[in-house]
Amino acid sequence: MEISITINGKAVSADVEPRTLLVQFIRETAGLTGTNIGCDTSSCGACSIHLDGEAVKSCTILAAQADGGSVTTIEGLASADGTLHPMQQAFMENHGLQCGYCTPGMVMAATSLLNDIPNPSEEDVRIGLEGNLCRCTGYHNIVQAVLACANK
Amino acid sequence: MIPAAFDYVRASSAEEAINLIGQHGDEAKFLAGGHSLVPLMKLRLAQPSVLIDIGRVSDLSYIKDAGDHITIGALTRHRDVETSSIVNEHVPLLAHATSHVGDPQVRRRGTIGGSLAHADPASDLPATTLALGATYVAQGPNGSREIPASAFYSGYLTSVLAADEMLTEIRVPKMNGAGWSFQKFNRRAQDWAIVGVAAWRNGNEASVALVNMASVPVLATSVGAAIASGASIEDAAAQAAAEADPQADLNASVEYRQHLARVLTRRALEAASA
Ligand SMILES: Cc1cc2nc3c(=O)[nH]c(=O)nc-3n(C[C@H](O)[C@H](O)[C@H](O)COP(=O)(O)OP(=O)(O)OC[C@H]3O[C@@H](n4cnc5c(N)ncnc54)[C@H](O)[C@@H]3O)c2cc1C
Ligand code: FES
Ligand code: FES
Repeated sequence: MEISITINGKAVSADVEPRTLLVQFIRETAGLTGTNIGCDTSSCGACSIHLDGEAVKSCTILAAQADGGSVTTIEGLASADGTLHPMQQAFMENHGLQCGYCTPGMVMAATSLLNDIPNPSEEDVRIGLEGNLCRCTGYHNIVQAVLACANK
Repeated sequence: MIPAAFDYVRASSAEEAINLIGQHGDEAKFLAGGHSLVPLMKLRLAQPSVLIDIGRVSDLSYIKDAGDHITIGALTRHRDVETSSIVNEHVPLLAHATSHVGDPQVRRRGTIGGSLAHADPASDLPATTLALGATYVAQGPNGSREIPASAFYSGYLTSVLAADEMLTEIRVPKMNGAGWSFQKFNRRAQDWAIVGVAAWRNGNEASVALVNMASVPVLATSVGAAIASGASIEDAAAQAAAEADPQADLNASVEYRQHLARVLTRRALEAASA
Protein backbone atom coordinates (compact mmCIF):
# COMPACT_ATOMS: atom_id res chain seq x y z
CA MET A 1 0.00 0.00 0.00
CA GLU A 2 1.08 3.56 -0.72
CA ILE A 3 1.66 5.59 2.42
CA SER A 4 3.14 8.98 3.18
CA ILE A 5 4.49 10.14 6.52
CA THR A 6 6.15 13.47 7.24
CA ILE A 7 9.37 12.67 9.07
CA ASN A 8 11.30 15.57 10.61
CA GLY A 9 9.46 17.94 8.29
CA LYS A 10 10.09 15.99 5.08
CA ALA A 11 7.40 13.90 3.35
CA VAL A 12 8.47 10.27 2.91
CA SER A 13 6.24 8.24 0.59
CA ALA A 14 6.61 4.57 -0.22
CA ASP A 15 4.73 1.50 -1.31
CA VAL A 16 5.00 -0.83 1.69
CA GLU A 17 3.44 -4.04 2.94
CA PRO A 18 0.64 -3.42 5.48
CA ARG A 19 2.64 -5.32 8.07
CA THR A 20 5.50 -2.80 7.95
CA LEU A 21 6.08 -1.39 11.42
CA LEU A 22 6.55 2.33 11.87
CA VAL A 23 10.04 1.75 13.27
CA GLN A 24 10.99 -0.18 10.11
CA PHE A 25 9.60 2.59 7.95
CA ILE A 26 11.72 5.11 9.86
CA ARG A 27 14.92 3.04 9.86
CA GLU A 28 14.73 1.23 6.53
CA THR A 29 12.54 3.33 4.24
CA ALA A 30 13.58 6.76 5.49
CA GLY A 31 17.08 5.57 6.41
CA LEU A 32 17.01 7.27 9.82
CA THR A 33 18.74 4.83 12.13
CA GLY A 34 18.89 7.06 15.21
CA THR A 35 15.70 5.36 16.45
CA ASN A 36 16.76 2.07 18.05
CA ILE A 37 14.97 -1.23 18.40
CA GLY A 38 15.59 -2.75 21.80
CA CYS A 39 13.07 -5.29 23.08
CA ASP A 40 10.82 -5.26 20.00
CA THR A 41 7.95 -6.15 22.38
CA SER A 42 6.72 -2.66 23.44
CA SER A 43 8.47 -2.74 26.80
CA CYS A 44 11.78 -0.86 26.63
CA GLY A 45 10.94 2.44 24.91
CA ALA A 46 14.16 2.52 22.83
CA CYS A 47 12.00 3.01 19.73
CA SER A 48 10.11 6.03 21.13
CA ILE A 49 9.44 8.79 18.59
CA HIS A 50 6.91 11.60 18.44
CA LEU A 51 3.81 10.90 16.36
CA ASP A 52 1.75 14.06 15.90
CA GLY A 53 3.62 15.65 18.79
CA GLU A 54 3.48 12.86 21.39
CA ALA A 55 5.94 10.12 22.34
CA VAL A 56 4.80 6.64 21.30
CA LYS A 57 6.55 3.30 20.75
CA SER A 58 7.18 2.88 17.03
CA CYS A 59 7.75 -0.90 17.26
CA THR A 60 4.07 -1.33 18.18
CA ILE A 61 2.50 0.88 15.52
CA LEU A 62 1.99 -0.08 11.90
CA ALA A 63 3.36 2.39 9.40
CA ALA A 64 -0.15 2.32 7.90
CA GLN A 65 -1.58 3.62 11.18
CA ALA A 66 0.72 6.64 10.94
CA ASP A 67 -0.11 7.30 7.26
CA GLY A 68 -0.63 11.04 6.78
CA GLY A 69 0.85 11.77 10.19
CA SER A 70 3.86 13.72 11.32
CA VAL A 71 6.81 12.02 12.99
CA THR A 72 9.78 13.53 14.80
CA THR A 73 12.78 11.32 15.50
CA ILE A 74 15.97 12.03 17.43
CA GLU A 75 17.54 13.30 14.19
CA GLY A 76 14.85 15.98 14.04
CA LEU A 77 15.64 17.57 17.43
CA ALA A 78 18.94 19.37 16.87
CA SER A 79 18.90 22.51 14.70
CA ALA A 80 20.25 22.49 11.16
CA ASP A 81 23.55 24.07 12.31
CA GLY A 82 24.13 21.21 14.74
CA THR A 83 23.10 23.02 17.92
CA LEU A 84 21.74 20.37 20.25
CA HIS A 85 18.17 20.46 21.54
CA PRO A 86 18.15 21.61 25.21
CA MET A 87 17.21 18.07 26.29
CA GLN A 88 20.15 16.58 24.38
CA GLN A 89 22.42 19.22 25.91
CA ALA A 90 21.08 18.43 29.39
CA PHE A 91 21.72 14.69 28.91
CA MET A 92 25.28 15.50 27.88
CA GLU A 93 25.94 17.88 30.77
CA ASN A 94 24.43 15.56 33.39
CA HIS A 95 25.97 12.32 32.15
CA GLY A 96 22.49 11.01 31.37
CA LEU A 97 23.91 8.23 29.22
CA GLN A 98 26.58 5.57 29.19
CA CYS A 99 26.30 3.17 26.24
CA GLY A 100 23.68 5.43 24.67
CA TYR A 101 21.38 2.69 23.40
CA CYS A 102 18.33 3.88 25.30
CA THR A 103 19.15 7.55 24.79
CA PRO A 104 17.21 8.43 21.61
CA GLY A 105 14.06 6.91 23.13
CA MET A 106 14.73 8.51 26.52
CA VAL A 107 15.18 11.94 24.97
CA MET A 108 12.01 11.62 22.88
CA ALA A 109 10.00 10.42 25.90
CA ALA A 110 11.50 13.18 28.08
CA THR A 111 10.67 15.99 25.64
CA SER A 112 7.11 14.68 25.40
CA LEU A 113 6.95 14.55 29.21
CA LEU A 114 7.95 18.23 29.47
CA ASN A 115 5.28 19.13 26.89
CA ASP A 116 2.70 17.56 29.22
CA ILE A 117 4.25 18.72 32.52
CA PRO A 118 6.56 21.74 32.00
CA ASN A 119 7.67 21.85 35.65
CA PRO A 120 7.77 18.25 36.82
CA SER A 121 8.77 16.99 40.26
CA GLU A 122 11.38 14.24 40.47
CA GLU A 123 8.48 11.83 41.06
CA ASP A 124 6.73 13.07 37.88
CA VAL A 125 9.90 12.41 35.89
CA ARG A 126 10.41 8.93 37.29
CA ILE A 127 6.77 7.96 36.64
CA GLY A 128 6.73 9.74 33.28
CA LEU A 129 9.70 7.70 32.06
CA GLU A 130 8.45 4.34 33.31
CA GLY A 131 8.05 3.15 29.72
CA ASN A 132 11.79 3.52 29.04
CA LEU A 133 14.39 1.09 30.30
CA CYS A 134 18.09 1.85 30.73
CA ARG A 135 20.55 -0.94 31.48
CA CYS A 136 23.49 1.32 32.30
CA THR A 137 22.86 4.49 34.22
CA GLY A 138 20.63 3.42 37.09
CA TYR A 139 18.35 6.26 35.93
CA HIS A 140 19.63 8.81 38.44
CA ASN A 141 21.47 11.01 35.94
CA ILE A 142 18.69 10.69 33.38
CA VAL A 143 16.25 12.08 35.93
CA GLN A 144 18.72 14.85 36.81
CA ALA A 145 19.08 15.71 33.12
CA VAL A 146 15.34 16.02 32.59
CA LEU A 147 14.95 18.16 35.72
CA ALA A 148 17.88 20.35 34.62
CA CYS A 149 16.29 20.83 31.21
CA ALA A 150 12.94 21.75 32.79
CA ASN A 151 14.63 24.33 35.03
CA LYS A 152 16.48 26.04 32.19
CA MET B 1 9.66 -9.39 14.75
CA ILE B 2 7.25 -8.84 11.89
CA PRO B 3 3.61 -9.95 11.83
CA ALA B 4 2.41 -12.48 9.25
CA ALA B 5 1.09 -10.80 6.11
CA PHE B 6 -2.44 -9.38 6.16
CA ASP B 7 -4.63 -7.00 4.21
CA TYR B 8 -5.32 -3.62 5.72
CA VAL B 9 -8.48 -1.56 5.33
CA ARG B 10 -9.38 1.64 7.08
CA ALA B 11 -12.91 2.41 8.24
CA SER B 12 -14.14 5.93 8.80
CA SER B 13 -17.34 5.06 10.67
CA ALA B 14 -18.71 2.28 12.86
CA GLU B 15 -21.19 1.33 10.10
CA GLU B 16 -18.41 1.02 7.55
CA ALA B 17 -16.29 -1.04 9.96
CA ILE B 18 -19.15 -3.45 10.67
CA ASN B 19 -19.88 -3.81 6.93
CA LEU B 20 -16.22 -4.51 6.24
CA ILE B 21 -15.92 -7.13 8.96
CA GLY B 22 -19.09 -8.77 7.61
CA GLN B 23 -17.54 -8.98 4.14
CA HIS B 24 -14.22 -10.37 5.35
CA GLY B 25 -15.54 -12.99 7.73
CA ASP B 26 -13.88 -14.78 10.62
CA GLU B 27 -10.30 -14.06 9.67
CA ALA B 28 -10.76 -10.29 9.99
CA LYS B 29 -10.14 -8.28 13.15
CA PHE B 30 -10.69 -4.71 14.26
CA LEU B 31 -7.54 -2.70 14.97
CA ALA B 32 -8.04 0.13 17.50
CA GLY B 33 -4.85 1.34 19.25
CA GLY B 34 -3.11 -1.91 18.35
CA HIS B 35 -1.35 -2.13 21.71
CA SER B 36 -2.68 -5.57 22.50
CA LEU B 37 -3.22 -6.87 18.97
CA VAL B 38 0.04 -5.80 17.28
CA PRO B 39 2.27 -7.40 19.99
CA LEU B 40 0.27 -10.65 19.61
CA MET B 41 0.64 -10.48 15.83
CA LYS B 42 4.38 -9.87 16.09
CA LEU B 43 4.68 -12.99 18.24
CA ARG B 44 2.45 -14.76 15.68
CA LEU B 45 0.02 -15.64 18.45
CA ALA B 46 -2.59 -13.90 16.29
CA GLN B 47 -2.61 -14.07 12.50
CA PRO B 48 -5.69 -12.28 11.19
CA SER B 49 -5.77 -12.14 7.40
CA VAL B 50 -7.48 -8.73 7.35
CA LEU B 51 -7.19 -5.80 9.74
CA ILE B 52 -9.97 -3.25 9.80
CA ASP B 53 -8.43 -0.12 11.26
CA ILE B 54 -11.03 1.71 13.37
CA GLY B 55 -8.42 3.99 14.93
CA ARG B 56 -9.64 6.95 12.89
CA VAL B 57 -13.33 6.64 13.70
CA SER B 58 -13.01 9.97 15.47
CA ASP B 59 -16.72 10.36 16.30
CA LEU B 60 -16.24 7.44 18.73
CA SER B 61 -13.62 9.34 20.70
CA TYR B 62 -15.47 11.42 23.31
CA ILE B 63 -16.29 11.76 27.01
CA LYS B 64 -19.68 13.21 27.95
CA ASP B 65 -21.65 13.97 31.07
CA ALA B 66 -25.03 12.26 30.67
CA GLY B 67 -26.77 13.07 33.96
CA ASP B 68 -26.52 10.10 36.32
CA HIS B 69 -23.71 8.54 34.29
CA ILE B 70 -20.92 9.47 31.91
CA THR B 71 -20.46 8.08 28.41
CA ILE B 72 -17.10 7.31 26.83
CA GLY B 73 -16.64 6.53 23.14
CA ALA B 74 -14.96 3.16 22.60
CA LEU B 75 -12.11 4.70 20.60
CA THR B 76 -11.18 7.14 23.39
CA ARG B 77 -7.52 6.74 24.27
CA HIS B 78 -6.41 5.91 27.83
CA ARG B 79 -4.58 9.22 28.08
CA ASP B 80 -7.79 11.16 27.36
CA VAL B 81 -9.71 9.19 30.01
CA GLU B 82 -6.91 9.64 32.56
CA THR B 83 -6.78 13.42 32.10
CA SER B 84 -10.50 14.14 31.51
CA SER B 85 -12.01 16.58 34.00
CA ILE B 86 -15.41 14.84 33.62
CA VAL B 87 -13.97 11.42 34.47
CA ASN B 88 -11.84 12.80 37.32
CA GLU B 89 -14.83 14.59 38.82
CA HIS B 90 -17.52 11.93 38.46
CA VAL B 91 -15.70 8.60 38.20
CA PRO B 92 -12.31 9.20 39.82
CA LEU B 93 -11.72 5.45 40.27
CA LEU B 94 -11.73 4.99 36.49
CA ALA B 95 -9.39 7.95 35.87
CA HIS B 96 -6.96 6.62 38.48
CA ALA B 97 -7.07 2.98 37.31
CA THR B 98 -6.48 4.16 33.73
CA SER B 99 -3.35 6.01 34.87
CA HIS B 100 -1.97 2.60 35.92
CA VAL B 101 -2.30 1.07 32.44
CA GLY B 102 1.17 0.41 31.01
CA ASP B 103 3.22 3.59 30.56
CA PRO B 104 2.62 7.03 28.99
CA GLN B 105 3.50 5.85 25.47
CA VAL B 106 1.05 2.93 25.76
CA ARG B 107 -1.70 5.18 27.12
CA ARG B 108 -1.37 7.57 24.19
CA ARG B 109 -2.27 4.76 21.76
CA GLY B 110 -4.45 2.21 23.61
CA THR B 111 -8.21 2.73 23.73
CA ILE B 112 -10.79 1.91 26.39
CA GLY B 113 -12.86 -0.12 23.90
CA GLY B 114 -9.82 -2.12 22.82
CA SER B 115 -8.89 -2.87 26.40
CA LEU B 116 -12.40 -4.13 27.27
CA ALA B 117 -12.93 -6.04 23.99
CA HIS B 118 -9.56 -7.75 24.44
CA ALA B 119 -11.01 -9.21 27.68
CA ASP B 120 -7.70 -9.88 29.39
CA PRO B 121 -8.41 -10.70 33.07
CA ALA B 122 -4.99 -9.20 33.93
CA SER B 123 -5.96 -5.82 32.47
CA ASP B 124 -7.02 -3.02 34.77
CA LEU B 125 -10.11 -1.64 33.06
CA PRO B 126 -12.31 -4.76 32.76
CA ALA B 127 -12.35 -5.19 36.57
CA THR B 128 -12.61 -1.45 37.20
CA THR B 129 -15.66 -1.02 34.96
CA LEU B 130 -17.14 -4.18 36.53
CA ALA B 131 -16.80 -2.71 40.04
CA LEU B 132 -18.40 0.50 38.78
CA GLY B 133 -21.42 -1.31 37.30
CA ALA B 134 -20.71 -0.04 33.79
CA THR B 135 -22.69 -0.95 30.68
CA TYR B 136 -21.01 -1.50 27.31
CA VAL B 137 -22.78 -0.64 24.05
CA ALA B 138 -22.11 -2.94 21.08
CA GLN B 139 -23.14 -2.24 17.51
CA GLY B 140 -23.67 -4.99 14.94
CA PRO B 141 -25.26 -5.34 11.50
CA ASN B 142 -28.73 -5.36 13.10
CA GLY B 143 -28.31 -2.41 15.44
CA SER B 144 -27.06 -1.79 18.96
CA ARG B 145 -27.40 -3.63 22.24
CA GLU B 146 -26.41 -2.85 25.80
CA ILE B 147 -24.32 -5.39 27.68
CA PRO B 148 -23.74 -5.02 31.43
CA ALA B 149 -20.04 -5.45 32.29
CA SER B 150 -21.14 -8.33 34.55
CA ALA B 151 -22.47 -10.27 31.51
CA PHE B 152 -19.70 -9.38 29.05
CA TYR B 153 -16.74 -11.62 29.92
CA SER B 154 -17.15 -15.29 29.02
CA GLY B 155 -13.62 -16.71 29.33
CA TYR B 156 -9.93 -15.98 28.93
CA LEU B 157 -9.61 -13.28 26.23
CA THR B 158 -13.20 -13.92 25.20
CA SER B 159 -16.41 -11.97 25.54
CA VAL B 160 -20.00 -12.28 24.36
CA LEU B 161 -19.27 -9.89 21.46
CA ALA B 162 -20.06 -11.49 18.10
CA ALA B 163 -17.28 -11.36 15.48
CA ASP B 164 -19.17 -8.66 13.56
CA GLU B 165 -20.02 -6.59 16.63
CA MET B 166 -18.06 -3.53 17.63
CA LEU B 167 -17.98 -1.82 21.02
CA THR B 168 -19.04 1.77 20.50
CA GLU B 169 -19.67 3.25 23.95
CA ILE B 170 -19.01 2.66 27.64
CA ARG B 171 -21.57 4.02 30.13
CA VAL B 172 -20.32 4.42 33.68
CA PRO B 173 -22.57 5.44 36.59
CA LYS B 174 -21.36 8.49 38.49
CA MET B 175 -19.81 7.68 41.86
CA ASN B 176 -21.58 10.52 43.69
CA GLY B 177 -18.78 11.06 46.16
CA ALA B 178 -18.26 7.41 47.11
CA GLY B 179 -14.85 6.56 48.57
CA TRP B 180 -12.66 4.46 46.28
CA SER B 181 -9.31 2.78 45.84
CA PHE B 182 -7.36 0.98 43.15
CA GLN B 183 -4.66 -1.39 44.36
CA LYS B 184 -2.27 -2.83 41.81
CA PHE B 185 0.40 -5.26 42.92
CA ASN B 186 3.22 -5.82 40.44
CA ARG B 187 6.96 -6.25 40.53
CA ARG B 188 8.02 -3.62 38.01
CA ALA B 189 6.62 -0.29 36.91
CA GLN B 190 4.58 -0.63 33.71
CA ASP B 191 3.73 -4.32 34.29
CA TRP B 192 0.32 -5.91 34.40
CA ALA B 193 -1.02 -6.62 37.89
CA ILE B 194 -0.13 -9.90 39.59
CA VAL B 195 -3.34 -9.14 41.48
CA GLY B 196 -5.33 -5.92 41.41
CA VAL B 197 -8.38 -4.62 43.27
CA ALA B 198 -10.82 -1.91 42.23
CA ALA B 199 -13.19 -0.87 45.01
CA TRP B 200 -15.65 1.81 46.05
CA ARG B 201 -17.76 2.31 49.15
CA ASN B 202 -20.66 4.58 50.04
CA GLY B 203 -21.85 3.87 53.60
CA ASN B 204 -22.98 0.24 53.68
CA GLU B 205 -22.87 -0.10 49.94
CA ALA B 206 -19.59 -1.36 48.48
CA SER B 207 -18.37 -3.02 45.33
CA VAL B 208 -15.06 -4.80 44.80
CA ALA B 209 -13.69 -6.34 41.59
CA LEU B 210 -10.49 -8.30 41.14
CA VAL B 211 -7.82 -8.18 38.43
CA ASN B 212 -6.06 -11.43 37.43
CA MET B 213 -7.92 -13.69 39.88
CA ALA B 214 -9.63 -15.98 37.31
CA SER B 215 -9.92 -16.37 33.54
CA VAL B 216 -12.30 -13.39 33.66
CA PRO B 217 -12.45 -10.26 35.83
CA VAL B 218 -14.18 -11.16 39.09
CA LEU B 219 -16.85 -9.29 41.03
CA ALA B 220 -16.23 -10.12 44.71
CA THR B 221 -19.93 -10.18 45.62
CA SER B 222 -19.30 -11.77 49.05
CA VAL B 223 -17.31 -8.72 50.09
CA GLY B 224 -20.10 -6.36 49.04
CA ALA B 225 -22.67 -8.53 50.88
CA ALA B 226 -20.53 -8.58 54.03
CA ILE B 227 -20.21 -4.78 54.07
CA ALA B 228 -23.96 -4.44 53.46
CA SER B 229 -24.66 -6.65 56.48
CA GLY B 230 -22.45 -4.49 58.67
CA ALA B 231 -19.32 -6.68 58.78
CA SER B 232 -15.97 -5.10 59.65
CA ILE B 233 -13.51 -4.36 56.84
CA GLU B 234 -11.28 -7.13 58.16
CA ASP B 235 -14.09 -9.71 58.02
CA ALA B 236 -15.39 -8.51 54.65
CA ALA B 237 -11.91 -8.61 53.11
CA ALA B 238 -11.45 -12.19 54.34
CA GLN B 239 -14.12 -13.13 51.74
CA ALA B 240 -12.22 -11.52 48.85
CA ALA B 241 -11.19 -14.73 47.12
CA ALA B 242 -14.57 -16.48 47.53
CA GLU B 243 -15.69 -15.93 43.93
CA ALA B 244 -12.19 -16.15 42.45
CA ASP B 245 -10.55 -19.04 40.65
CA PRO B 246 -6.93 -17.96 40.17
CA GLN B 247 -4.23 -19.74 38.23
CA ALA B 248 -0.63 -20.25 39.27
CA ASP B 249 2.08 -18.76 37.06
CA LEU B 250 5.69 -17.59 37.19
CA ASN B 251 4.76 -14.68 39.46
CA ALA B 252 2.45 -16.29 42.00
CA SER B 253 0.95 -19.53 43.26
CA VAL B 254 -2.80 -19.92 43.70
CA GLU B 255 -2.47 -19.47 47.49
CA TYR B 256 -0.33 -16.34 47.13
CA ARG B 257 -2.86 -14.80 44.73
CA GLN B 258 -5.68 -15.53 47.19
CA HIS B 259 -3.62 -13.98 49.98
CA LEU B 260 -2.91 -10.89 47.86
CA ALA B 261 -6.59 -10.53 46.99
CA ARG B 262 -7.51 -10.47 50.69
CA VAL B 263 -4.74 -8.08 51.70
CA LEU B 264 -5.32 -5.70 48.77
CA THR B 265 -9.09 -5.78 49.34
CA ARG B 266 -8.59 -4.83 52.97
CA ARG B 267 -6.30 -1.96 51.99
CA ALA B 268 -8.73 -0.85 49.29
CA LEU B 269 -11.70 -0.88 51.68
CA GLU B 270 -9.73 1.00 54.31
CA ALA B 271 -8.81 3.67 51.78
CA ALA B 272 -12.36 3.80 50.40
CA SER B 273 -13.79 4.15 53.91
CA ALA B 274 -11.41 6.88 55.07
C1 LIG C 1 3.94 -2.48 27.19
C2 LIG C 1 2.46 -2.58 27.45
C3 LIG C 1 2.01 -2.56 28.76
C4 LIG C 1 0.65 -2.66 29.02
N1 LIG C 1 0.27 -2.65 30.34
C5 LIG C 1 -1.04 -2.74 30.63
C6 LIG C 1 -1.47 -2.71 31.98
O1 LIG C 1 -0.68 -2.58 32.92
N2 LIG C 1 -2.80 -2.80 32.24
C7 LIG C 1 -3.71 -2.92 31.22
O2 LIG C 1 -4.90 -2.96 31.52
N3 LIG C 1 -3.35 -2.94 29.93
C8 LIG C 1 -2.04 -2.86 29.62
N4 LIG C 1 -1.65 -2.88 28.30
C9 LIG C 1 -2.68 -3.06 27.24
C10 LIG C 1 -3.22 -1.73 26.77
O3 LIG C 1 -4.14 -1.25 27.71
C11 LIG C 1 -3.95 -1.86 25.43
O4 LIG C 1 -4.01 -0.58 24.89
C12 LIG C 1 -5.36 -2.36 25.46
O5 LIG C 1 -5.45 -3.57 26.14
C13 LIG C 1 -5.88 -2.62 24.06
O6 LIG C 1 -6.37 -1.45 23.49
P1 LIG C 1 -6.08 -1.13 21.99
O7 LIG C 1 -6.95 0.02 21.64
O8 LIG C 1 -4.65 -0.98 21.78
O9 LIG C 1 -6.69 -2.43 21.26
P2 LIG C 1 -6.16 -3.29 20.03
O10 LIG C 1 -4.85 -3.89 20.34
O11 LIG C 1 -6.29 -2.53 18.78
O12 LIG C 1 -7.28 -4.42 20.02
C14 LIG C 1 -7.35 -5.41 21.03
C15 LIG C 1 -8.46 -6.41 20.68
O13 LIG C 1 -9.74 -5.82 20.81
C16 LIG C 1 -10.43 -5.79 19.56
N5 LIG C 1 -11.07 -4.48 19.50
C17 LIG C 1 -10.46 -3.27 19.63
N6 LIG C 1 -11.37 -2.28 19.65
C18 LIG C 1 -12.59 -2.87 19.51
C19 LIG C 1 -13.93 -2.36 19.47
N7 LIG C 1 -14.20 -1.05 19.59
N8 LIG C 1 -14.93 -3.27 19.33
C20 LIG C 1 -14.67 -4.60 19.25
N9 LIG C 1 -13.44 -5.13 19.28
C21 LIG C 1 -12.41 -4.27 19.41
C22 LIG C 1 -9.37 -6.03 18.50
O14 LIG C 1 -9.91 -6.68 17.37
C23 LIG C 1 -8.39 -6.91 19.24
O15 LIG C 1 -8.83 -8.25 19.23
C24 LIG C 1 -0.30 -2.77 27.98
C25 LIG C 1 0.14 -2.79 26.66
C26 LIG C 1 1.50 -2.68 26.37
C27 LIG C 1 1.93 -2.69 24.95
S1 FES D 1 11.81 -1.64 20.88
FE1 FES D 1 9.89 -0.67 21.00
S2 FES D 1 9.53 -0.67 23.13
FE2 FES D 1 11.39 -1.81 23.00
S1 FES E 1 22.81 4.27 28.57
FE1 FES E 1 23.04 2.17 28.13
S2 FES E 1 20.96 1.52 28.12
FE2 FES E 1 20.79 3.52 28.86
